[in-house]
Amino acid sequence: MTKTALQFRHNGRDVALFVDGGVNLLVALRESIGDMTPKFGCGQGGCGACSVLIDGELHLSCLTLAETVNGRSVETLDGLKDGPNLHPLQRAFMEQFAAQCGYCTPGMLMAAKALLDRNPSPTRAEVIEAISGNICRCTGYEPIVNAVLAAASSGRARA
Amino acid sequence: MLELRKDIFADERDDNLKEIGKGTQRQDMLGHVTGTSTYFDDHKLQGMLHLKVLRSPHAHARLRRIDTMEAERSSGVRRIIRGADVPRNLNTLLSLINFGKDDEPSLAVDKVRYKGEPIVAIVADSPREAYEAMSKVRVDYEPLAAVFDVEEALKPGAPVVNEVYPKNTFIYHDVYDHQKLRFGDVERGFAEADHVLEQRYQMSPIEHAPTETNGSIAAPDTNGRYVVYTSTQALFFSLDTCAKILDVPSNTFHFIGGTVGGGFGGKVDTLTEPLAILGAMLTGRPVRYQLGREEEMQFGSPRGAERIYIKDGVMRDGRIVARKIRAYFDSGAYTRLSSYAVVKCVAHLPGPYTIPNVHGDVYCVFTNRTPATAMRGFGVTAMDFALECQMDKLAHLIGIDPMEFRILNAYRDGDMKAHRREAKNTALIECVQVAAEKAKWPLREEVKRMSSRKDGGGSRAAISPTPREPEPQRAVASQQRTTYDRAPPAPIHEPPPTAPPPPPRPQAPSPSHGATRFSSVFGTRRR
Repeated sequence: MTKTALQFRHNGRDVALFVDGGVNLLVALRESIGDMTPKFGCGQGGCGACSVLIDGELHLSCLTLAETVNGRSVETLDGLKDGPNLHPLQRAFMEQFAAQCGYCTPGMLMAAKALLDRNPSPTRAEVIEAISGNICRCTGYEPIVNAVLAAASSGRARA
Repeated sequence: MLELRKDIFADERDDNLKEIGKGTQRQDMLGHVTGTSTYFDDHKLQGMLHLKVLRSPHAHARLRRIDTMEAERSSGVRRIIRGADVPRNLNTLLSLINFGKDDEPSLAVDKVRYKGEPIVAIVADSPREAYEAMSKVRVDYEPLAAVFDVEEALKPGAPVVNEVYPKNTFIYHDVYDHQKLRFGDVERGFAEADHVLEQRYQMSPIEHAPTETNGSIAAPDTNGRYVVYTSTQALFFSLDTCAKILDVPSNTFHFIGGTVGGGFGGKVDTLTEPLAILGAMLTGRPVRYQLGREEEMQFGSPRGAERIYIKDGVMRDGRIVARKIRAYFDSGAYTRLSSYAVVKCVAHLPGPYTIPNVHGDVYCVFTNRTPATAMRGFGVTAMDFALECQMDKLAHLIGIDPMEFRILNAYRDGDMKAHRREAKNTALIECVQVAAEKAKWPLREEVKRMSSRKDGGGSRAAISPTPREPEPQRAVASQQRTTYDRAPPAPIHEPPPTAPPPPPRPQAPSPSHGATRFSSVFGTRRR
């Protein structure tokens, strides 16, 4: 099978790899780079567990051909914390008990980051809208929404 | 005397364990928010192969021929597994607790009994190559008449779904085709009732849809053992099931799990581990078997559908005097855990109410649908839904407040339940009172003052002995005892058996059940 050479920034570091034609970004991240933070939930763009940021925008890595991120920047949950320091969203998720099984959490955090990056003071309705593509089957949406709002207000407090 | 130096670890745990009333952080929360919690699929092993399963497109069909010749030659294929390769290709989950007959193959051999049933497993270098090989497997199906309705399945002449249970019902204790509950005389109760209401309730199967699909990775380990990373909710249950199916000692396996991406009952069926391990045994390589979302929906077992008929007799003053229930659990093509759900359901009848005449018949029925399994309170949830709908309808029928109607009929400490056990630790009245308060639902003062407790409480945790019907005296075995039986021979004349506990006696109505006015409403109903 033909392999395609691919280079992109992964959480701020340059990576170069060969991928099979037709391989999606989720598989490339997990199997070629070893970044296990994006999760497989459906492979159909229905659950949001594989959400990542491409050039700062929220994307579903299971529906993104790996080749299309050539030369671009990909962010995953693996790059969210700053060294040993948790990102305000991660701290807020912990404090608000916003994870149960944890499987949707990586996607939720990336969707929330995409929101706060473009809108640091979202309303509750905007938070709900922003995570509407992410399914939490433990039905912990309330604490998740609270956590995103708490992270937003802690960000404002620091600013 | 060796003693653990607890003081070394004193700062790790407060032995007083005063945890109630304050938030306690989950131990795995840091892993969850940093994405470092390791689910089964987060293990990447050297030389890992991928297993995919060919599934039946038919709900019911005979397998005339399975031709894997072309698939074997397909690129990247390491091994094709058929039913004959599975050491014990027939199992039922609850056989581990000696309940039910082995009725389900890991890979179908002669027949498929539901759409999605596994037929052939393909182990290949990549998922894509496994799928390509799968498209080259030729299966000659002879479609058979299928049955999808629980009551149709019980009619004479209905297609036999599973030959292990030719009447399409699970058989309890090798004899009974359903679970029965009998208490009092419902027909007399209906005759005396002011109103009789009969209703039919139908539930749908419900998919757990965990965000992480079912799956496992099995890998050869040292000393002939296998390490298995799995999404199972029931680690040792799955381990033992695999040991039985693969016919090896259970210590062959080292199961690693516990981090589960949502289960809700949908990850207790050991759906993937046996084939993943068998694949590893047959290839000597790590093998990953992960369900896709469509497989999770089609093949992963749902909460079973239930059909429930409830007939109630109720008096104008609000007392339910008779409740007759007939219910059918749709087990799908195999038993899995539905037989147990039925037992649980019957044990729950007639709901948390004191009703003097109760009659229950609940069937575990086989149909050509995806086998059903556990899901959050299964066996009770759907029945409770039906019962509580019925309670609302009854309250409406006789024109009484639905909350008060429940309090009126709620069981109280000391009541005799339909299973001939005395009710203990009851709290339904208090629950309804709190629910009413939270919902700002007005209750009358005397209803607010009512209590589940009898005579101000007492020993609440004790379980009273179960009164039994007197049994006919068994004849003493008369055949000669074998010599290696060291027990003393049974006496020819048995001592008179100890008297069985008396059947429940009617009890005088207790004024402490609540306000005097309500006690008079109950009359002599309470036993």
